[in-house]
Amino acid sequence: MGESGGDAVCADSDDQFPFAALLEDSLEDLYENAPCGYLSTLLDGQIAKINATLLGWLGYRPEDLVGRRRFADLLTVGGRIYHETHFAPLLRMQGEVSGIALELKAADGTRLPVLVTSTVRSGSDGQPLLIRTTIFDARDRRAYETELLRARQESERERERLQRLTTALQRTLLPPVLPPVPGLEVAAHYHIASPDEVGGDFYDLFPLAAGAWGLFLGDVRGKGAAAAAVTSLVRYTLRAAAVYDPDPAAVLANLNTVLCTEYRDYEPRFCTVIFGLLVPDADAGGFTLALASGGHPPALLLRADGTVTCLPTPGGQLIGVLPDARISTTRGRLAPGDTLLLYTDGLTEARTAGAGHRRYGDDALFDLAAGLAPTTAAAAVDALIGLLNSFGDGLDDDTAVLAISADS
Amino acid sequence: MVVTGREGAPVVMLAHGFGCDQNMWRLVVPALAREFTVVLFDHVGAGRSDLSAWNPRRYATLDGYAEDVVEICVELAVGPVTFVGHSVSSMIGVLAAARRPELFDRLVLLTPSPCYLEDGDYHGGFSAADIDELLASLESNYLGWSATMAPVIMGNPDRPELGEELTNSFCRTDPDIARSFARATFLSDNRADLARVRVPTLVVECSNDAIAPTGVGTFVQASIPGSELVTLTATGHCPQLSAPEATAAAIVAFAGTGR
Repeated sequence: MGESGGDAVCADSDDQFPFAALLEDSLEDLYENAPCGYLSTLLDGQIAKINATLLGWLGYRPEDLVGRRRFADLLTVGGRIYHETHFAPLLRMQGEVSGIALELKAADGTRLPVLVTSTVRSGSDGQPLLIRTTIFDARDRRAYETELLRARQESERERERLQRLTTALQRTLLPPVLPPVPGLEVAAHYHIASPDEVGGDFYDLFPLAAGAWGLFLGDVRGKGAAAAAVTSLVRYTLRAAAVYDPDPAAVLANLNTVLCTEYRDYEPRFCTVIFGLLVPDADAGGFTLALASGGHPPALLLRADGTVTCLPTPGGQLIGVLPDARISTTRGRLAPGDTLLLYTDGLTEARTAGAGHRRYGDDALFDLAAGLAPTTAAAAVDALIGLLNSFGDGLDDDTAVLAISADS
Repeated sequence: MVVTGREGAPVVMLAHGFGCDQNMWRLVVPALAREFTVVLFDHVGAGRSDLSAWNPRRYATLDGYAEDVVEICVELAVGPVTFVGHSVSSMIGVLAAARRPELFDRLVLLTPSPCYLEDGDYHGGFSAADIDELLASLESNYLGWSATMAPVIMGNPDRPELGEELTNSFCRTDPDIARSFARATFLSDNRADLARVRVPTLVVECSNDAIAPTGVGTFVQASIPGSELVTLTATGHCPQLSAPEATAAAIVAFAGTGR
């Protein structure tokens, strides 16, 4: 209101009389017939005054309650415990409590859901004198809340169901245990970023003819049911293709053809993958290693002499996009005491906990591997699990690691 | 955990009951701090406790809470303490003292009830249906609290005054934990454990208690060999709030004797 409100003030005073007459208000009427229940109690809860609205709701006469009953006596037993353990202590400590849901018991035994607000009234010396309480009918609101609660509980049950389903599906996409391989130690770890979604990372190790072993690790683009279907297709295609022709480049070329054909009329489904063939080296001991990669981060070789080598597979293209994807290959040896380490980019793209939240990166992983070598598959995977845990929230993607070491 | 009061003085440990947290003791702490070293803590799930320490199996019964009290005493390593347990914490103290009597010098059981359910001649005051009603009360009152108030539950251990400004923050506990604590509390029956207490014990009851009815205090006192009973003229279940001077005086008189 500004200075120019003079006219309005005049108009107000003109209107005052008719309004007052219309309202037929008195303070007593405002109290007794307020659209909410109102009561005053002594500090021990003894009812000292109660308005007509509340008496009407409860079906009591004033003389039934005033000086005879405590506020808590009007509550259901469960509500009384809540009152004693929560409401009353809060009121004592902070002088007011608002919006607490309780149920009142009427004289005829029916229950009235209400929302209760209390304030402590203090005397001029600051000493608390009495408690004033307003009570609102909350039948509609309680019905709504009950419905909300039911919906919440239902959604929690659904979420649990989804998580169980996801976990079961995830398990079918990974080998339950890696097979024991004569002359090799193997270890793997799968970090699931979200219990609500199936991730797209995968790995496997399986026997081929004449003592040779096939292995692979990869990452299907995307998450969820669609990615899981692709992961399943990739996994079985790789195993079948390796039986048909174990040459790693041929295996990935066949996978590429299958994915391109399968999803020809749909949104392309592709993955990065590294496939390896381990053949026992009868002359030199250990294994010969042939690797092929389609757009996947390079494998690391942690040697028995403590050095670390990257097994570069540059230029390989994503599998499942182009009909003639370029596949990059490399050859090496897994000598006794050497450890081969494969991983998905969830590891190197994780954000570190330190300042700036930088990506962890290839170089840091290389340095970590250099610190580990020489090592064993189990020790290498343990070290990486420790690293993954140190990322905390910075690790937001699924991550798979697979380590294979030749017995020394 | 908060340690306050006179350094080097005998130690009084205050354990809050179901519903709130260590703030329940704020009106009696000044009086006690003049005589004792006062140790305050929050049960797991209450106040500013570490919610990650919660484990539904461990805390399905009062034994898990009693184990916590024992661990705190061992960690404090200040010799036997006077344990003051309010409401359900009185039985937590009984269990802890029965397990490790050497850690406890005395027990003060404030408005204790070894069994809240009616059972033949024993009048605990409640039926199983009443307890279900309580659980429903918890559900309806936590409806608006759970998600948005989580940061408040976590609290600001470094700046307790921040927590105190937040309305209702004292009695705010994690809803799942509160339900579990309510069950552990109100469905417990520790009547048989009372006779195992070998520590000097004071039972403090209120003349008008809606949770531990008249008669229960007498039952507890009669069941613990050599214990004493004090009846405060106070209404409600929380004499440390409704009659703080008398409550503090009873604790001081009992815990201070013979020193």
